[in-house]
Amino acid sequence: MKNTIIECKDVSFTYDHTDVLEHISLEVKEGEFWALIGPNGSGKSTLIKLILGLIKPSSGSIKLFGEEMSSFRQRERIGYVSQKSNAFNSGFPATVLEVVRSGLTRKTGLFKRFTKRDDQQAMEALKIVKMDPYHSRPIGELSGGQQQRVFIARALVGKPDLLIMDEPTVGIDQQNIASFYSMLQTLNREHGIAILLVTHEIDIVTDLASHVACLNRTIHFHGVQSDYKKMDDIDISNWYGHPVRRVHQSDREAER
Amino acid sequence: MIEAIFNYEFLQNAFLSGIIIGIIAPLLGLFIVVRRLALIADALSHVALAGIAGSLYLSQQVLFLSALNPIYLGMAAAVGGSLLIERLRGAYRHFEELAIPIILSAGIGVGAIFISLAKGFGTDLVGYLFGSVSAVSRQDLGIVAFIALCVIGFVYFFYKELFALSFDREYAKVSGVQGKLIQTIFMIIVALVIGASMRIVGILLVSSLMTLPVAAAIQLAKSFKGAMLYSIAIGELSVLIGLVSAYYLDIAPGGTIVITSVIILLLVLLFKKTWQKMVRTKGEADVV
Repeated sequence: MKNTIIECKDVSFTYDHTDVLEHISLEVKEGEFWALIGPNGSGKSTLIKLILGLIKPSSGSIKLFGEEMSSFRQRERIGYVSQKSNAFNSGFPATVLEVVRSGLTRKTGLFKRFTKRDDQQAMEALKIVKMDPYHSRPIGELSGGQQQRVFIARALVGKPDLLIMDEPTVGIDQQNIASFYSMLQTLNREHGIAILLVTHEIDIVTDLASHVACLNRTIHFHGVQSDYKKMDDIDISNWYGHPVRRVHQSDREAER
Repeated sequence: MIEAIFNYEFLQNAFLSGIIIGIIAPLLGLFIVVRRLALIADALSHVALAGIAGSLYLSQQVLFLSALNPIYLGMAAAVGGSLLIERLRGAYRHFEELAIPIILSAGIGVGAIFISLAKGFGTDLVGYLFGSVSAVSRQDLGIVAFIALCVIGFVYFFYKELFALSFDREYAKVSGVQGKLIQTIFMIIVALVIGASMRIVGILLVSSLMTLPVAAAIQLAKSFKGAMLYSIAIGELSVLIGLVSAYYLDIAPGGTIVITSVIILLLVLLFKKTWQKMVRTKGEADVV
């Protein structure tokens, strides 16, 4: 029996008298790969912020690894990758290794300094994302896709059980997106890391994730990938608010 | 000059204070610049001016306060200003930078009122505004040394938290770094450094010593540690050249220190541009 690592129970969030999220209930278990999809403004990033504890729900409860959010302290069990463009100053004078090592800040503890072992751990995380040859390069000199790999290494360096990613492919060119997603699949399958991926790319998730949650202010569907694939495009279009046509892997292969 | 330093206590005080400030001002300045908060130092130095002016005014009016070192009230005002900036940044979450001009204006306003009430303070105030080689006492040196210990200890023990918060505040928060507490201590320490530096560099120029060496350093450095070392080296060079020039020219050291920093910055920019041009030319030649 797999343990539940994220448990949202009847979560609602209101901002400035507007209901952003209503009655969200969702469970993510260890080793699962969830894709959270929905149109722009559907509340995906808000839900992620609630799960990360950056904002508090107006009602309902969120548990992480079985602990209430208010008392949750095992932050090192979560790796987080945000939309790069929101959080990163490309002129920041830091090497790739320094950035990845900063993911160990909490784990190392207050008043303690990084050791050579922390550097080794950072190098191991860089190897996973195939960025170890770039460890001494300034982070600002890398391409968008390479930077995002570095941020994933920073999220992985503390050996988390859960990786939460908010639109991680923003700013990555189309050519690199496929290899980026295949790396996520490896992390999930070979390293057993549970993943919660926020994306608006509804085609890719059907081939990648084990579970899908469709959000537009409230959860319209959540379940395993095979059930999501069986859904009619018209149903998805209805809750999306505009016509949607999914392109599956088989369609893509046929087109080729 | 070397002989004069050995003979005169005031010169020893000025040089030792300068050497210490040359380390701690750019050290903290690096964390301020990379967070795009360079104007915070300006705002706090103007609040310190209000404290200094208030102290000088009170020393004219109240007899038992006449012996009080104005640096104390200057520092207290800067610390108060730093806490207020943090509060205001929280109140204006979408316009965080607005906190800086608010506090800066308030600092100048209060300072101007005290200066007007006292009908000016003559050379005393000029020394605080632009720095002075002769005005640094042993007590001032002691304060500077104590604050330097606090700053170096703080950066040493909280280096990884400061880096994480500077690079990506949201990520630091998610990963459980005690952002609020560390940011508050950081702001208090910045205020104390401004208070400590104003005797040498002067209130109006202290923020330059925190930002100009860093501006030059980030042009040269490839890593954060490198940027820190370059910042301190450039800050130290600026202070030493500035103090020696001020001594020989018999002028306030604030101006000479800052102009030295500006010249170093320009030289670094020129060097970098020439270097990049050379690398480009060599690359083109190799292709041909």
